[in-house]
Amino acid sequence: MTLRRIMLFTRFERFWHWTQMVLIMILLFTGFSIHGFHDLLSFKTAVSWHTGSALILLLLWVFAIFWHITTGTWRHYVPTTNGLLKVAKFYAFGIFKGERHPYRKAYWRKHNPLQAISYLALKLFLFPAIWISGILYLLYSFWGGAESGDSLMWVAVIHTVFAFAIAAFVIIHIYLLTTGNSFKEHVMPMINGFDEVELSEAEEAYLEKDEPGHIQ
Amino acid sequence: MFIIGNRVSFRLALNLISGLLLLSLALGAQATDELSQAAHKIDADMNFRLDKLVEKPTLRSDSNSTADHTKFEELKDPFMSGPEVTKACLKCHTEAGQQFMKNIHWTWSYENKKTGQLLGKKHLVNTFCTNSRGNEGMCAQCHAGYGWKDESFDFNNENNVDCVVCHDRTGTYYKTPPTKGNKSCSVMFEGKQPIQWSKVAQNVGLPARENCGGCHFYGGGGDGVKHGDLDSSLIHPNKELDVHMDEAGPNMACTNCHVTKKHVWAGSRYDVIAKDTEGTGKPGQRRDVATCESCHSASPHPVNSLASIKLNDHVDRVACQTCHIPTIARGGVATKTDWDWRTAGKTKDGEGYKEKNYTQGNGEHRATYKSIKGNFKYGENLVPHYGWFDGQMIYTTIDTKFDPASGPVDVNRYTGSADDENSRIWPFKQMHTFQPYDKGYNTLVYMHLWGEDQDAYWGNYDFGKAIKAGMEKNNLPYSGEYGFVETYSYWPITHMVAPKEDALSCDECHSKEGRLKDLEGFYLPGTSPDHGIGRWLDIIGLLALAGTLLGVLGHGLIRFVLNRARK
Repeated sequence: MTLRRIMLFTRFERFWHWTQMVLIMILLFTGFSIHGFHDLLSFKTAVSWHTGSALILLLLWVFAIFWHITTGTWRHYVPTTNGLLKVAKFYAFGIFKGERHPYRKAYWRKHNPLQAISYLALKLFLFPAIWISGILYLLYSFWGGAESGDSLMWVAVIHTVFAFAIAAFVIIHIYLLTTGNSFKEHVMPMINGFDEVELSEAEEAYLEKDEPGHIQ
Repeated sequence: MFIIGNRVSFRLALNLISGLLLLSLALGAQATDELSQAAHKIDADMNFRLDKLVEKPTLRSDSNSTADHTKFEELKDPFMSGPEVTKACLKCHTEAGQQFMKNIHWTWSYENKKTGQLLGKKHLVNTFCTNSRGNEGMCAQCHAGYGWKDESFDFNNENNVDCVVCHDRTGTYYKTPPTKGNKSCSVMFEGKQPIQWSKVAQNVGLPARENCGGCHFYGGGGDGVKHGDLDSSLIHPNKELDVHMDEAGPNMACTNCHVTKKHVWAGSRYDVIAKDTEGTGKPGQRRDVATCESCHSASPHPVNSLASIKLNDHVDRVACQTCHIPTIARGGVATKTDWDWRTAGKTKDGEGYKEKNYTQGNGEHRATYKSIKGNFKYGENLVPHYGWFDGQMIYTTIDTKFDPASGPVDVNRYTGSADDENSRIWPFKQMHTFQPYDKGYNTLVYMHLWGEDQDAYWGNYDFGKAIKAGMEKNNLPYSGEYGFVETYSYWPITHMVAPKEDALSCDECHSKEGRLKDLEGFYLPGTSPDHGIGRWLDIIGLLALAGTLLGVLGHGLIRFVLNRARK
């Protein structure tokens, strides 16, 4: 096993991540405006940007899902209990004592078990919840009417509840970037794609022979 | 040569004669102008258009008549009265009289088939001068007929129909009250030039804004008083005031929307189509509705942006008027918002008087107190009152009993709600009044306001006598004791449609203190739930977010402190 810098986040994954980041920020800001938490935007601007960003994000997700399936990248998110407790204990106690992170990134397992299960929950639960409620909200005039009573309020409230959860995720996500050696070191892999990973001899040989641009 | 020369001199003579004729006509017009100004000075606040000349008649741009009425021999008679003119009209327009007599401008009576209520000016009590019934000697100056003074008027004589009040295109025709009234009032209508019946009869055409407006702009006793979206500023409006009637633009006349079928008009506030899902209908114009949708369709906004698409999603729940008439009384003419009859009847040296302490946008002074009517308040650029409206109005009629202790009485009340699919949010002008009622029987009253007799309020300033006479005249019971009751009335708003740039922005409603904040039964995005579980979930969400932030900050702080301790 050797520690090498390899291409861990390919170009599409980085494009997906940062585009999604920008869109989610716009959505949170405009969404909270639509919900009446702030009035920094006109309602028309907020709704137009919110709807437009949401439609672009949906399209991006279509591509991202396609990418996960066709490239097999989905395997990074298969949940595992192996080492989960260790990572959790690290963030609860070990980190304060200056211990080393217990997880070692692998070529086909770039997320630690806690990360993997968090991202899986985000992708399988939070994101679908926000876009299903969002589409219901957007298409209100097709199903809502005089008899639907409070249902639009419920859709709005549920949509907002999930927006709070995503906002909380964003906060934790950004905070965790500070838990490494440096914030920059933690962010760089998502910018240039390269990160240090422990490779098996076979993986190293494969990369050097077939993907020389993906290993440094 | 000789013949030609003779013809030239003949033409010269003809030109001279017609020139002189024109000159005398112009001088005559000037004279009548001065006279009308003199009448104006007596009481500028009365200013019925019916009562004065139109300085500049509007042009109807859509006339496609195939007849020139100046060429008809039948109209060259020296007519001496209105019915004579009508008789001549009906010689050719054989069915017009019978057709017209079916319509509300003639009957002043309307039976609402859905509620069974008998409506129309002949029956109703309103929140302004309260009742035309029994006061026809004054009020019937706006009846499209000749000589309705009292019960004896013949509603079956088609020669009594007043054709020219609607069809006069000279701007010189006028109407005065059918009877003289008390001297304090009659003075306002004296000293007028006689009507030139033949000239008027020969210059008829489709009604233009000043024809309809002659009455409809002056409802409630003066310019703009009643409706707020109908006043004399609409005779020559600009685009900002009314995008359809804009004189420099489409220059539309009332009847372009209030389409006519055999002298019956579409669009009545007694039977409002609050939601038109039919839109433009089949090819060819719909002749039975005056709705916006009948021209603009049920999806009127262009599908060229996300916001426009969303706007079309509004039409099922929000009337076009709600966004496209941002405010009413925008043309420089004020509308009356408050009327307090309680203070009426004060005199100075035994004479009635007026105080004119309101100056409206066009510079005219409006009465804030009149002995004959009480105190008034006015409004301009008014934000309308909004409500869910299904097109139905319920009236407090003369025989409706109410409980004055249970708050203000709605003299007319609109029905509708968020959970009714036929209701939409509509704008209304709300009128607030204190008016006399029968304290014993708890009903509204008919007052005898106008007359030459001792019982008329406009003369004796005695409510007791006026109410007693008003009720007796109609064989209605009166307890003998009157009081004043607080009332509201509601007038659906549909005119003074602004250009699209001036339509309401989304925030006018979609915000916490928005225009619809008093409406209930639906969720309005942009306002955030203000009660119930929705409100609680918002609070929990915000707390959770704050908790997360505090959590990571705490986690970070402990890391920071312990790291330093280790070093």
